[in-house]
Amino acid sequence: MSANPTALEVETLAAEWIERRFFGAWSETEQKELDAWLAQSLAHRIAFVRINSGWQRTERLAVLQSPMRDAPVRAVSREPWLKFFRLAAAAIVIAATSGAVTFVMSRSSENTYATHIGEREVLSLADGSEIELNTNTVLRTAVTPSRRTVWLERGEAFFRVKHDASHPFVVMVGGRRITDLGTKFSIRSDSGRLQVAVVEGVVQYDDPTQQHTAASRILRQGDVVVATNASTSVLRRSPHELADELGWRRGVLIFDRTPLSEAAEEINRYNHKKLVIADPVAARMKIGGTFPKNNVNAITAAARELFGLHVEDRGDQIVITRR
Amino acid sequence: MTAFEVDAWFVREVLPLEAALMEYLQHNWRNRSDIYDLRQEIYIRVYETALKELPNRPKQFVFATARNLLIDRVRHERIIPIEAAADLEGLEVAADAPAPDRAVLARDELRHLQAALDRLSPRCREAIVLGRIEGFSRSEIAARMGVAESAVSKYLSTGIRALVEIFYGEPRTVRRKP
Repeated sequence: MSANPTALEVETLAAEWIERRFFGAWSETEQKELDAWLAQSLAHRIAFVRINSGWQRTERLAVLQSPMRDAPVRAVSREPWLKFFRLAAAAIVIAATSGAVTFVMSRSSENTYATHIGEREVLSLADGSEIELNTNTVLRTAVTPSRRTVWLERGEAFFRVKHDASHPFVVMVGGRRITDLGTKFSIRSDSGRLQVAVVEGVVQYDDPTQQHTAASRILRQGDVVVATNASTSVLRRSPHELADELGWRRGVLIFDRTPLSEAAEEINRYNHKKLVIADPVAARMKIGGTFPKNNVNAITAAARELFGLHVEDRGDQIVITRR
Repeated sequence: MTAFEVDAWFVREVLPLEAALMEYLQHNWRNRSDIYDLRQEIYIRVYETALKELPNRPKQFVFATARNLLIDRVRHERIIPIEAAADLEGLEVAADAPAPDRAVLARDELRHLQAALDRLSPRCREAIVLGRIEGFSRSEIAARMGVAESAVSKYLSTGIRALVEIFYGEPRTVRRKP
């Protein structure tokens, strides 16, 4: 009756777009092509939304990949030398790992690392890349000759990636994917918020759960993506600002006209003894300067001496109020 | 409503009804090969309405739309499918079942996904397991499966479509036939 494609044909095309976006190279060119396809008809858009959201739900299947489980993947691998290399690679990682990082578990190709509150550690990977784990962070790695994938389960990490175009370095955070295109970048994931900051080089950011153009794009030096479940935005930061945000790598937190409540929240990531700003006016006071991250004394001293606030040490927390 | 708002509404309110909608269509339309096109047409009508204003009773609205579409079709087809026509008088919207609590839903969802995965063809299943669960790239999957990357793309996209069809289009638990 008509030249219109059938519903199944439209769904097949939508699934192909999703496959391309999830597994293929994705740049603004591809995004434009997709946008054009979506704009062609409501049938296209609906099929895409439907299959995309269903595919997003399959994220849940990842729990089947428990580190203790026998991975079907290994059964597929036929090269014995590769197996040996993986064991060797895992051993190298352990050897290069200094004291405080808790080496949680490992199977032949996969390792999980965790830092406790206040700790910061550097992992040297078998491929020459380095990952710095900030406080209270859990990270899983699968770095072998054929594959470089890291899952940031929680917390914050700085990546210095040895570029290898044939084996892209991929960081997965929730359903989002950050692919290194030769670079240094940091990723922070907490309470439903993801931040990716590019310090040097180029990174590809993909969020298959969102459809906006911002959800899949190339990030360059100074670009910062902030993604929540509701929105994705890209900001620009000067090298100076980026260096300040990464102060933790030097053991410090740098604030610049930061509300006291935010500064407290930040420093609380690093310390068991929590700073509580129990007064709305005090919470809005702006603080600036460089503070040691593992010591709240400098910040409480500033609160007492600069702002004339009342500081009360209650053992497990320090409560700040107005006099 | 912006299209993005409607997308979100559609995923939240309409897609969870799909299994019931499919059951309804299969029950009330004889020609199985029309089902996907009917579903597409229903979704387009629902979506177009939602762009103007979100229906405040999505379930009633979706099934009313389905019913109207079936009636239109019966009227416009040159040969009226007799069974369909007979049923049209009594088209009832599926009874409102109480919503199960979220924890149960989440567990069911995983089981449902696993069952869907198991029903894929072996090659599609392997590609999806490697790509989605194990996090491998397309080229790595190709190397492991010993096929070209273009074939992997095909397995993956076919697997994606089939998984979603089962996930949304089929009921979570085995139901007794009425």
